[in-house]
Amino acid sequence: MSKTIKKFDFSSSPSVDQVGINDRIARITARSIKKETKIQGLKMALNMVDLTTLEGADTDKKVIQLCNKAQNLHNSHPNLPTVAAVCVYPNFVKIAKANLQGSGINVASVATAFPSGNSSRKIKLLDTKIAVDAGAEEVDMVISRGKFHEGDYNFIFDEIAAIKDACGNSRLKVILETGELGTYDKVRKASDIAIAAGADFIKTSTGKISPAATLPVTLVMLEAIKDHYYKTGIQVGMKPAGGISNSKLALQYLILVKETLGKDWLSNKWFRFGASSLANDLLMQIVKQDTGIYQSKDYFSKD
Amino acid sequence: MAKKIIKINFDTGWDLAPAPESTGHIQLKEQYDLFIGGKWIKPSSGKYFATNNPADEKKLAMIAEANSKDVDKAVKAARKAYDKVWSKMPAKERGKYIYRIARLIQEKAREFAVIETLDGGKPIRESRDIDIPLAAAHFFYYAGWADKLDYAFPNRKPQPLGVAGQITPWNFPLLMAAWKIAPALATGNTVVLKPAETTSLTALKLAEVIQEAGLPDGVVNIITGAGETGAAIVNHNDVDKIAFTGSTGVGKIIQNAIAGTPKKATLELGGKAANIIFEDAALDQAVEGIINGIYFNQGHVCCAGSRLFVQESVYDIVLRKLKDRMESLVVGNPLDKNTDIGAINSKEQLQVINKYLKIGQKEGAEMYQSNCSLPKKGYWCKPTLFTNVSQSNRIVQEEIFGPVLAVQTFRTVAEVIEKANNTPYGLSAGVWTDKGSKLFNMTSQLNAGIIWGNTFNKFDPTSPFGGYKESGFGREGGLHGLKPYLKF
Repeated sequence: MSKTIKKFDFSSSPSVDQVGINDRIARITARSIKKETKIQGLKMALNMVDLTTLEGADTDKKVIQLCNKAQNLHNSHPNLPTVAAVCVYPNFVKIAKANLQGSGINVASVATAFPSGNSSRKIKLLDTKIAVDAGAEEVDMVISRGKFHEGDYNFIFDEIAAIKDACGNSRLKVILETGELGTYDKVRKASDIAIAAGADFIKTSTGKISPAATLPVTLVMLEAIKDHYYKTGIQVGMKPAGGISNSKLALQYLILVKETLGKDWLSNKWFRFGASSLANDLLMQIVKQDTGIYQSKDYFSKD
Repeated sequence: MAKKIIKINFDTGWDLAPAPESTGHIQLKEQYDLFIGGKWIKPSSGKYFATNNPADEKKLAMIAEANSKDVDKAVKAARKAYDKVWSKMPAKERGKYIYRIARLIQEKAREFAVIETLDGGKPIRESRDIDIPLAAAHFFYYAGWADKLDYAFPNRKPQPLGVAGQITPWNFPLLMAAWKIAPALATGNTVVLKPAETTSLTALKLAEVIQEAGLPDGVVNIITGAGETGAAIVNHNDVDKIAFTGSTGVGKIIQNAIAGTPKKATLELGGKAANIIFEDAALDQAVEGIINGIYFNQGHVCCAGSRLFVQESVYDIVLRKLKDRMESLVVGNPLDKNTDIGAINSKEQLQVINKYLKIGQKEGAEMYQSNCSLPKKGYWCKPTLFTNVSQSNRIVQEEIFGPVLAVQTFRTVAEVIEKANNTPYGLSAGVWTDKGSKLFNMTSQLNAGIIWGNTFNKFDPTSPFGGYKESGFGREGGLHGLKPYLKF
């Protein structure tokens, strides 16, 4: 049943109360995640990671190293899940694609004048096209935060819809850059607009702005996804990105998903972590759970 | 094409493994005597009764049963301590003792939390994060007032009353003891306290703390027993003040008993709070507030938000969100750190709750419970809500004191105020709206002692607590909480 909303009322986003959000998150972080729950959660989290390199200094060789890491997380420990995707700039999609062939790991590309989003529609569409033509299965776009603050919500909606069009069969992740939006009310509004305009995923941050992903902001976005699901039956994915560097925090995110959206979102089809250093911490914890021994960080490859 | 049923699937296959708090560090005696005059004294009847863990029905310890002779001993000890020591001591020295009690509670917080959970059935998350820290905070707060009473009541020469008889309930055993003892001591009174018979252990542990703090003998006496012991305190001639928290029924008996005597009283009794959700509220957070309002401490809360009023335009969406949220509540072993709803405090209370579940259904209300599993042993009740109810239903009128919510709708502000105030109780209320002016308009029209705006069941020692109408009189907490222990 694929039915899109006929009309989107930009003034209708529900309000969000910060104190209440923090109360709910306090309940989540008080959950004690032990034993089988922890092992299962760590593996699930690893399988949801988008290994990311988004530096000005990126080179072909650096991207190749990252692709190798994605396919060989920690070979001395068998039966590990793979990460979900490798996330790069559009000009590295081709090389990433070539190096991930047959691995089942997707290539995701940022686009639309990442990270600021300050450019013309024409350039953003071209940026997207370059990524998609090079074979990116996933496109991570940024919204125009300036226009959003100006209150030009139609502009935001139209831009996302146009990029979604340009994505063709590639899945579109819409980065709200919540650290620049200011309030949870605005995060909720931006989420609603992105979802209505056709986002396959909504994503918190570029990783270039602090604060990046937080549990409270993720909850606000998950509630937007849930309300949309109840209205339309259509699932939208969620990707917190930036600032999630340790396993404990990653598990708390998963508990939040479990208690908010349930089973259908607990897979990398609908939930991702945008992170670079998280994978190694997850690996270290998984090995610890299996062997009972914490190993030095130097036993885990850094690429 | 058949319409697809849209539903969130909370059966994730990724369940929380048990994470029980350890009990190895706690020290419980097999048998507890009466704490009178700074010593542990055997009850004159020689009788003891068992206190049980409501989660597994196992015995935790034997508790002494005090009769009127023991009560007399305790009141005499309190009077002696008042005359000879406590009323003569400089106020700032009094304050030091209270600070010491506060610090000792903090030091033993973990032990107190585990015992509170074992004895009363409340989840360790609550006893660890709410009951025990708040109890310590009350002692800290009132310790600060001890030498500043002249500034609290300028030019009025505040004087203590004498001996305070205090009777506490089973829902927040240590916290209620702190609410009672801390202001009494700060104002220079001495105390005879009786905890509820099903949950005496943390009060008895508090007696050990009081001993350790070196409080002069007889300033605080803690005696145990059931209703008759309480009646003996209320009826004792040499008690100057009664402070009682418990049911409205017993409150009425107390007021009858002290009528015509010079005894002063504060009564903190039952409630049937209205929790009011307007269409412009932050609904997801309002749902969290509904959950905290009614399922906190298994609903064994006098200020619980047991009557929910939802504006009609958002009724369906609030109900949907509420039912979804109920699915993630974990019911079970109170010692498990992941437990949200623990055991019902006693077999008797479970029977009361079950009686009301039957009455609700019989009167035509629709019952909904979450899909959680319950342990085999012990006393349990699933989080429950009733829809299709109105003010005429007994489950709306009477205090159930369990995890049972009655949901009604309203259309206008005038309508909801009329319904919210249409109860013999008047303890607390909650209002959820994004509009500040609406909130303040509501607070001035609701007959309730405590009104929460966009939150619920938040407590702080600086804030006065108490009710209107049959929810009692007098305030505990804050500056207001000093007054009922003073004459001017």
